[in-house]
Amino acid sequence: MNEIALLNWARGPGLDIAVAVFLLGTLWRLIEIISLGRKKDLSAPRHKPGASGWHTIARRSVAPPGMLKRSPISYIGGYVFHVGLALIVFFYAQHIKLIESLIGLSWPALPSQLIDLVTVITLAAMVLVLVDRINKPVKRYLSTFEDYFTWAVTFLPILTGYLAVKHLLLPYTTMLALHILSVELLLVVLPFTKLFHVFTAFMSRWYNGNANAHKGVSV
Amino acid sequence: MAKNITLYEALASRGITRRGFMKFCAATASMMALPPGAAAAIAETLGKTLRPSVIWLSFQECTGCTESLTRADSPSVEQLIFDFISLDYHHTLQAAAGHAAEEAREHAMTMGGHLVLVDGSIPTLAGGLHSTIAGITNLQMLQETVENASAVVSIGTCAAFGGLPAAKPNPTQAKSVQELMDEGLIARKPLINVPGCPPIPSVIAGVLAHYLTFGVPELDKLGRPKVFFGDSIHDRCYRRPFYDQGKFAKTFDDEGARKGWCLFELGCKGPTTFNACATTKWNQGTSFPIEAGHGCIGCSEPSFWDAGSFYKALSQPTEPLDLAAGAVVAGAAIGVGASIANRAKKNAAKSQHETATLKDLEK
Repeated sequence: MNEIALLNWARGPGLDIAVAVFLLGTLWRLIEIISLGRKKDLSAPRHKPGASGWHTIARRSVAPPGMLKRSPISYIGGYVFHVGLALIVFFYAQHIKLIESLIGLSWPALPSQLIDLVTVITLAAMVLVLVDRINKPVKRYLSTFEDYFTWAVTFLPILTGYLAVKHLLLPYTTMLALHILSVELLLVVLPFTKLFHVFTAFMSRWYNGNANAHKGVSV
Repeated sequence: MAKNITLYEALASRGITRRGFMKFCAATASMMALPPGAAAAIAETLGKTLRPSVIWLSFQECTGCTESLTRADSPSVEQLIFDFISLDYHHTLQAAAGHAAEEAREHAMTMGGHLVLVDGSIPTLAGGLHSTIAGITNLQMLQETVENASAVVSIGTCAAFGGLPAAKPNPTQAKSVQELMDEGLIARKPLINVPGCPPIPSVIAGVLAHYLTFGVPELDKLGRPKVFFGDSIHDRCYRRPFYDQGKFAKTFDDEGARKGWCLFELGCKGPTTFNACATTKWNQGTSFPIEAGHGCIGCSEPSFWDAGSFYKALSQPTEPLDLAAGAVVAGAAIGVGASIANRAKKNAAKSQHETATLKDLEK
């Protein structure tokens, strides 16, 4: 198979399969998780200002007092790469073009030079959080294969995308094919790994906040 | 034209001066990025070269490649080179017809050492009978013509990679010359692929000149001469700075298009296409498709017909996502199924609960 055939496969049947697995897995897991339900709490609810599901969603987006100093890389690095990722995925002209061709929606893109800068910063932040994970004994102890695997499948699309746009390392055709294939891998594994937090992070925050609010605790 | 005259003599008889011939050799040398001394070497070797016998086979094709080479609006040295070779067989150009034509091919073939130029792909389904000439299939004709040939040049994308006839669903199981050699269906000979739909005339002439003087040129992975197919259209495109600046035309008549911005978003395949259009250009160096305001369609690459619409950007899918709707239904069904199973499990656990009384605790 030559590079063009690989690219055609990635842009055609490969994308079709990856999106199908992504949709199937996402719906399956969302329906299953939501339908699980929770036991009814029969105790009388206590009320405390600032304690609710919505409060917790907001509160957990901010570092608890003192933690920013103790673990700056986790918080700052984490924020930087999450925001960077969102900007790259949703505000790069070529990506908007793709979304438009899939669902018909489009919006203005950010200048590509700005996206270049964001990409470099995002890559650096991701490397930093990985080094931190390996260097800190507690973090390393808590890390499993899945943590490193999900890091890799998130990192690869950004790296190959940057190399493709900048025409580095491999011919553009090959690099673009690898970029699309790496995104397809990400789509396939997303519903079945911890990357599913894309959908569940705010849901579970709300649930925990709601359960604690019932007990009159604001966390 | 007699067989034993040299190229130089042939050109001189057509009114080309030594100066004109040297200019062509220098241009050819620089086009192929050869060192300055090579022009003299080309002139010397090419000048002394005797007319090689060439058999041009046309299979599943549209004659566009021949048109490209012969329909330039003023006679060029490229054309004269083409006139110089002893073209012993060519459907479109030969005067002979029927048995006489086939005899010419058979005669040239028996001598051996001839050069075979192929345009068009070769059908292989049902023994290749979807395309026949003079009662034999294209495959049989290629088999016997290649047997004693010195080399084969695939002219155009159909011969080089299958092209349009091999596009999905490829109803005749059309194959390229390369594929037939790889599958052992024809003898393996030195093969040069000169793809393009059609190829640039001066590239065809340049490859022939290189073959006549220095032999088979250095080839890339796809068998294309590196001198002409070493750079992508994108890397040599005069609109490249706009790509780097992120300035894209959004439609063919917007302000960006008028200002000559990059055509990537309008489906230009320049970044994935390797050819000499952006440097050599077409129609005596007048312009090339991107200069005329249309994106590159990627015609010198394999399976370019199957790369989706010519007007779809490289970042867009080539075909609709047919599996998506089914996946949504299946995902929802599995999700509902799993929740019913979970409910049943929960209810079963609940029904086995025993009520604990104060008495039980005092035991």
